[in-house]
Amino acid sequence: MADLLDRIHDLYDELERHRVMLSFKGILAPELITALLGLVERKLVGMEPDPKARKRVFNVVVECLQNLYHHHGPMGVEGDGPQSAKDPHGVVMIARTDTGYSVLTGNLMAGQDVDQLKGHLDRINSLDAGGLREWYRAKLADGTYSAAGGGGLGMIDIARRSGGKLEYAFVPYDKDSSFFSLNVNVNT
Amino acid sequence: MEPLYLEGSPKTPHVHFDPVTGMLELKGRSIPENSVDFYKPLIDWIDKYGRQPSAKTSLHVQLEYFNTSSSKCILDVFKRLEPIRAAGNEVTVLWHYEADDEDMLEAGEDYSGIINLPFKMIQIAEVNGD
Repeated sequence: MADLLDRIHDLYDELERHRVMLSFKGILAPELITALLGLVERKLVGMEPDPKARKRVFNVVVECLQNLYHHHGPMGVEGDGPQSAKDPHGVVMIARTDTGYSVLTGNLMAGQDVDQLKGHLDRINSLDAGGLREWYRAKLADGTYSAAGGGGLGMIDIARRSGGKLEYAFVPYDKDSSFFSLNVNVNT
Repeated sequence: MEPLYLEGSPKTPHVHFDPVTGMLELKGRSIPENSVDFYKPLIDWIDKYGRQPSAKTSLHVQLEYFNTSSSKCILDVFKRLEPIRAAGNEVTVLWHYEADDEDMLEAGEDYSGIINLPFKMIQIAEVNGD
């Protein structure tokens, strides 16, 4: 009991210390994404005077949440419910930083897809703004990606709005899955 | 042919396609998770409209936000208008962007580089979604 009470206090301190505007862990149904986006938008209006910066942050949050929605992987220990393996499950945290905002997301994904995603992220990080725009345009024009999955285009868009490099990590979770964490810094 | 009218929502744009005036409006924000579902009736409408289009068609795009899932669907909307123009009708895309929103201007330029339709970039003070 005391342990739990300490833990919630630690969590509060931690969120406070990292200037977290919003954090959520759970199933990201479309209605919930709508609610989170509404919250983020209202908070941004209150704390970010530059409308251009506000839009960039909001756009990044939209793409990150929808990435969680579209690209969630197999569930591990928590997948005990019959539908939980199929539900879009993840964690998101949006925090104020000294240079702008940080949008952090994490989700489990199929281990076999890690190399492909890593390659994609590395290629994004190797390009400058002009290169990213060119790639985005080419990918949009050639129609080789699915609109439902969004996939490759989403990360390029996130990188373009961020203006910085994408920070990421993959941690093996069990024999079939890895935990993918992404940090997008939007400098304002 | 019936006009297409959809009210805007927090994630989907206001849509008003008028077959008589040839004025097609897409306004507000387009950030749904499943853009294909949302855009299908719009694409179907344009396909039907293309059989007997107005001599002049103007597509007004006035979006504050759109996600990458919508970007492909918006491209499809443009693509469906190309044959209408190729058949000798006047088709123009009016791409609106807020004065401070370079990203939205760039997005319009990206489309105009891909699509064979005349684009007009129009700077506005603020997007009104309703």
